[in-house]
Amino acid sequence: MITKRIIPCLDVKDGRVVKGINFKGLADVSSPVELAEYYTKAGADELVFYDITASNEGRKIFTDILRETASKVFIPLTVGGGIGSVADFDRVLKCGADKVSVNSGAIRNPGIIGEAAKLYGDQCVVLSVDIAKIDGVYRVFAKGGRENTGMEAIDWIKRGVADGAGEIVVNSIDTDGVKKGFDIPMLKAVCEAVSVPVIASGGAGCIQDFLDLFEAIPDIDAGLAASIFHFGEVAISDLKKAMADAGIPARL
Amino acid sequence: MIAIIDYGVGNLFSLQSSLKYIGEEAVVTADVDIIRKADRIILPGVGAFKDAAAKLRDSGMADIVMEQAKAGKPLMGICLGMQLLLEKSFEYGEYDGLGLIKGQVVPIADAAPAEYKIPHIGWNALKLAKDQDGQPDPLFKYINEGDYVYFVHSYYAADCAESTIATTEYGAELTAAVSSGNVYGCQFHPEKSGDVGMKILRAFCEMTADGKEAVE
Repeated sequence: MITKRIIPCLDVKDGRVVKGINFKGLADVSSPVELAEYYTKAGADELVFYDITASNEGRKIFTDILRETASKVFIPLTVGGGIGSVADFDRVLKCGADKVSVNSGAIRNPGIIGEAAKLYGDQCVVLSVDIAKIDGVYRVFAKGGRENTGMEAIDWIKRGVADGAGEIVVNSIDTDGVKKGFDIPMLKAVCEAVSVPVIASGGAGCIQDFLDLFEAIPDIDAGLAASIFHFGEVAISDLKKAMADAGIPARL
Repeated sequence: MIAIIDYGVGNLFSLQSSLKYIGEEAVVTADVDIIRKADRIILPGVGAFKDAAAKLRDSGMADIVMEQAKAGKPLMGICLGMQLLLEKSFEYGEYDGLGLIKGQVVPIADAAPAEYKIPHIGWNALKLAKDQDGQPDPLFKYINEGDYVYFVHSYYAADCAESTIATTEYGAELTAAVSSGNVYGCQFHPEKSGDVGMKILRAFCEMTADGKEAVE
């Protein structure tokens, strides 16, 4: 039976892992390569490296770190952040990424999803969407969750899948950093709208939040989190064991 | 030395890195002389069958892979590289593969119920086929029944029961690995399957020219 995936996300800036609360106020945590190796041993099913560097110099450091990680860690690696063109896909794929996650880049240029899917296959293209509920409607946000695009989120996701996105990361701005659980109603709405794998992000504060997610939405494929793993609040090995004990298929 | 066949598809960084990690020299190459000198060959592949099959033939790599496989050199196809070993694929049409393994490539959706998402992405358990002595294939000598490996695919190898050495459950029993003499295929990605994947690659690296295990 296919297992539910647990995915730690590493936000990387200037060669270090950082994590903000509601995307603001970043705090340095640790070395990306070491953390990646640590998580892999602990049972992480996949890793996301998110490049939050703005400078060209930082981008170079990021790809160096990616290459080093991919030569030591042999589980699937998704890379996101600063992906705006097919050339960006190419740059990170050559350094060992298996999948590439596109967010604001697709909002600026929706054609990138189809272009990349054609070149690298649907399985390689992950559409990441930051969503908040505004006046009862799920809206897509750009620029790391700071700017309301006005686009209706479910429509945007459906369009992305039709264009060739092979997987969706749904990040709830409303629950991100709050640590009171995933945004179950929003994730349910996304899972009902598309037939590709959906990864839940934003809001996990404890092991029970993951169990609640997988029990409430049998269709959800994976849970993603950052700071609770980085700060040791949730050990991935404990989480995997708790999932197995609760009858949720997990790779131990 | 292992030759990873370069015919212009996919990202070979991880595959090469994983072989280095287990102490094997691996070269990504389209050089016929290097491929002939290699102890083992890996045929990678991602994307669509039609394009990959055309690139494999147009680059001349199909001929050398066939020549070396028939000469008895251990060969492993991974993911689409495994599918290319079969006789035929029905991915967006009907296309010929190399025919080194009997069988054909068909949509998972033909076998799995509609509620199963396509592509089949993620970690799934291996069910190992046993020989008359109850032993799994030597490729799996370092792993256990039920170990998890990482899959990403929308099509699978069917009608290949006689060469199937492992399956995985996804609403149907899908072919996970095949072997016929010195020719091996893994539908999953050993290079992305953590320790279990490294153990499978290690076992492959111990295969010798007659397709059997090396005698220490």
